[in-house]
Amino acid sequence: MMRHILTYLTGVIFGTGIVLSGMSNPSKVLNFFDFAGIWDPSLAFVMGAAVVVAFIGYRFVLRRPKPVFEARFDIPASRTIDMRLIAGSAVFGVGWGVAGFCPGGAIPAVSTLNPSVLIFVASLIAGMLLARSIMRIGAARQSRAA
Amino acid sequence: MIETEFTPYAAMAGGALIGLASVMLMALRGRIFGATGILLGVLRPASSSDWTWRALLLAGMFTGPLIYTLFAGSGPAIQVPVAPAALIIGGLLVGLGVTYGGGCTSGHGVCGMARLSPRSFVATGSFMIATTITVFVIRHVIGG
Repeated sequence: MMRHILTYLTGVIFGTGIVLSGMSNPSKVLNFFDFAGIWDPSLAFVMGAAVVVAFIGYRFVLRRPKPVFEARFDIPASRTIDMRLIAGSAVFGVGWGVAGFCPGGAIPAVSTLNPSVLIFVASLIAGMLLARSIMRIGAARQSRAA
Repeated sequence: MIETEFTPYAAMAGGALIGLASVMLMALRGRIFGATGILLGVLRPASSSDWTWRALLLAGMFTGPLIYTLFAGSGPAIQVPVAPAALIIGGLLVGLGVTYGGGCTSGHGVCGMARLSPRSFVATGSFMIATTITVFVIRHVIGG
């Protein structure tokens, strides 16, 4: 039971931080990137604070042999820097610039039932499922060719 | 375009909470806090135990704005300066991009950078540049 409560609380802290920081406000997000216009530097402070806290916290946590409720740490081991990573991230960036929402900013805000948030998150889910279908077709073709 | 106020203290406090949640998830479950991974894990679970913790995390994320509203007295500002079509196109591109890129602002930008992952530095650089160019083109080339 304790593990469930603490996991839930972790989500609460994340969701509260997101709305407090302004990450779920597309105007604030887009104005951060608008250096040539009505620039709002707030986002740099969000990212800066988040990275510093996570960096310090991870030092302590990753020194332990294992997490509290799991047998081992499950951290991405890949070190490959390829076109998929660079182009995929660039496509994400274009989408972020077009809509003003990123997944972390929009997902907690679903509970506000704001129609714009709901439209974005529905499209986000469609995009993720579409990408997975394309990947699966590609993998099936490759295995047939081999 | 809607002008917004520079809010360094709320930004830092919010950012610190995002960082704290990332540390807690690593300490408790040994996982990276990636918003897209969590959402996909709830929609397309690999196993039932995997589903439970992600669903709890997601439920917590939904609760955040309600807690904020309780303390602030009004809901969080969500000012959308773009048309619904832009939300749909943007959402689709974000969904495609994060799936191929293996993460978004929370997974690569916060957690990945905090653990000094070279992949995350490259991914974050790539999306920050792409977003800057996109906003510039939309606001000052097409709209200007």
